[in-house]
Amino acid sequence: MAETITLGKALNHGLRRALENDPKVVIMGEDVGKLGGVFRITDGLQKDFGEDRVIDTPLAEAGIIGTAVGLAIRGYRPVCEIQFDGFVFPAYNQIVAQVAKMFYRSKGKVRVPMVIRIPFGGGIGAVEHHSESPEAYFSHTPGLKVVSCANPADAYTMIQQAINSDDPVVFFEPKRRYWEKGEVELEAPLSGAYPLHAARVLRPGTDATLLAYGPMVRVALDAAAAAAEDGRNLEVIDLRTLSPVDYPAIFESVRRTGRAVVVHEAPGNLGIGAELAARITEECFYSLEAPVLRVTGYDIPYPAARVEEDFLPDLDRVLDAVDRSFGW
Amino acid sequence: MAKGERKAGGKPPAPADGAVDRIPGGDAPAGGFVQLLTPDGEHLGSVTTADGTTYSVDFTDEEYRGFYRDLVTVRRLDAEATALQRQGELGIWASLLGQEAAQVGSGRALRQQDMAFPTYREHGVLYCRGIDPIMPFGLFRGVDQGGWDANEHKFNGYTIVIGSQTLHATGYAMGVTMDGKTGSPDGEAVIAYFGDGATSQGEVNESFVWAGVFNAPMVFFCQNNQYAISEPLERQTRIPLYRRAAGYGFPGIRIDGNDVLASYAVTRAALDNARNGQGPTLIEAYTYRMGAHTSSDDPTRYRIASEVESWKAKDPIARVKAFLAKQQVADADFFAEVDETARKLALDLRERVLAMPDPQPVTMFDHVYPNSSPEVDAQRKAFDEYHASFEGSGH
Repeated sequence: MAETITLGKALNHGLRRALENDPKVVIMGEDVGKLGGVFRITDGLQKDFGEDRVIDTPLAEAGIIGTAVGLAIRGYRPVCEIQFDGFVFPAYNQIVAQVAKMFYRSKGKVRVPMVIRIPFGGGIGAVEHHSESPEAYFSHTPGLKVVSCANPADAYTMIQQAINSDDPVVFFEPKRRYWEKGEVELEAPLSGAYPLHAARVLRPGTDATLLAYGPMVRVALDAAAAAAEDGRNLEVIDLRTLSPVDYPAIFESVRRTGRAVVVHEAPGNLGIGAELAARITEECFYSLEAPVLRVTGYDIPYPAARVEEDFLPDLDRVLDAVDRSFGW
Repeated sequence: MAKGERKAGGKPPAPADGAVDRIPGGDAPAGGFVQLLTPDGEHLGSVTTADGTTYSVDFTDEEYRGFYRDLVTVRRLDAEATALQRQGELGIWASLLGQEAAQVGSGRALRQQDMAFPTYREHGVLYCRGIDPIMPFGLFRGVDQGGWDANEHKFNGYTIVIGSQTLHATGYAMGVTMDGKTGSPDGEAVIAYFGDGATSQGEVNESFVWAGVFNAPMVFFCQNNQYAISEPLERQTRIPLYRRAAGYGFPGIRIDGNDVLASYAVTRAALDNARNGQGPTLIEAYTYRMGAHTSSDDPTRYRIASEVESWKAKDPIARVKAFLAKQQVADADFFAEVDETARKLALDLRERVLAMPDPQPVTMFDHVYPNSSPEVDAQRKAFDEYHASFEGSGH
């Protein structure tokens, strides 16, 4: 039976189920125990599973990821919480130089099946370092897989699939959507779930393709609803997986619609959208009616909270890009 | 409870400063170190530190000869590797010359069930784990990045980014505790190797914090070989490295890193403390890198010959040889046989290194992910097709 719960609660249920299903799963991070995490994603888990399985760590991100690597070598499946996007960088060496390369370095003999959870993106009125979108850094790194959920149903299944995967997965959670509600089938078997590394058409359309992930999926859906009032039928694809990108699904859509607009909060320069534009151009050149356009954060440090709404892509900027695509 | 004896379980012991009352040999750094075999080959029997812990070894003649054999062998294999590099057969080599005692002593102190996390210089530890010495040569020849199974050999992959492996060791040690494998004499322990330069790394300091907080069953084994490439110890620390441990709440102790018996005795005791549930120990093995940092380095630019000469007088192998001769438990025939056996091993190693095939280029696409990636798979296919398109291609 489906329950209507928030995205944050869906993650909590998913983590709980992973802890129940596999005694090797351990959660570790700052304040994940008694407090339940600053966003309460791990709420109640330490109480039910104990301090050995839900571990409050010292306050050091490299330490969280580095010790998780050792636990993974030992046979555990650590799920690490990085408290905020902007705090992942002390762990960058461990993630990029160690987590990503352990399997390759050992010719496939050492697996580090870890999940690194990162609440990301802006829109919550926070101070510096709490609103960033660092997903391109990790998507650029071979050996890591990178995903992002956009709604409660996906949050619930994708976190479990990421934990079950033997690949190291960086799991980006759209923090400003933590409180948005949706229906989740809590009892559904994971085996029948939509694949982790697949994009999903959330709104079928014929005139242009909007590509988004994480917090921008809601914006893209709203833009498509607004465009429908102008008689434009936009298709919205939730990328869901950023490394690898599900290119076949994207190409199929763009070949049909002839137009593509990519939306993300991260700065545009060399971002996910740049790569998507390049690949779509290479693969769908003769189907394109207009260049692939991007609606992204500006190439500036994440600004102060009082002006962040002007930094973040919103419905108007997405519709403006759609207009430009049609005006080509 | 006798002085120096530590009780298993319960609270970790109070940090000791590891100071040594006696400074045998007269050539130890200020504050002393644990030494059981002097540079002249005098066996001191036992030594007691300021916190009352007594370290001693009492081996059979055959065991003493075994230490000597291992020391000579790892030095001979190392020399062969240096020669192979000079001849263009290895891309680079990180020599252990001068650090044989630190590595053989600590390596032999490991029990079968213990896990080691090396840097890229622990060829001597690798050898003492009973691993085929050719195992790391793929890395140095450039045909792979190591490629061994850490768990099968109880010896993690060589880690090149300085200090990163200390966190891996700490996490692994936390896993040992979580598996309930501590608190008894047949428990498991973990050893993390690193150098003096690594002690400046944040990750090494984080691993000290973690190991202390979680009472991790492990030994931090720092080979202080006095240099981080060109930078002397004074550029890494204001205090002796072993004293850093006190700030993290666990014992730190300095040993004569050129004394294989001290290295064995102190490491064995620290590992056993760890497996018994008493938490981590930092061992600073005070030694000297007799050679270059790697084959790409030129130490004449940053250190003077007289310094190297003074350390030659503290050679880790000569003192064992002197001891064996003095004790009359080894004769010229034995020493000659050890040399000859090591020479044959080195020759065998050379032949097998030269026979290492270059990998097929397409194998560079292997083992990026445990589960495949369609992007990598597509690039592999395109790579194959591109090369196959050339006339007479072997692809």
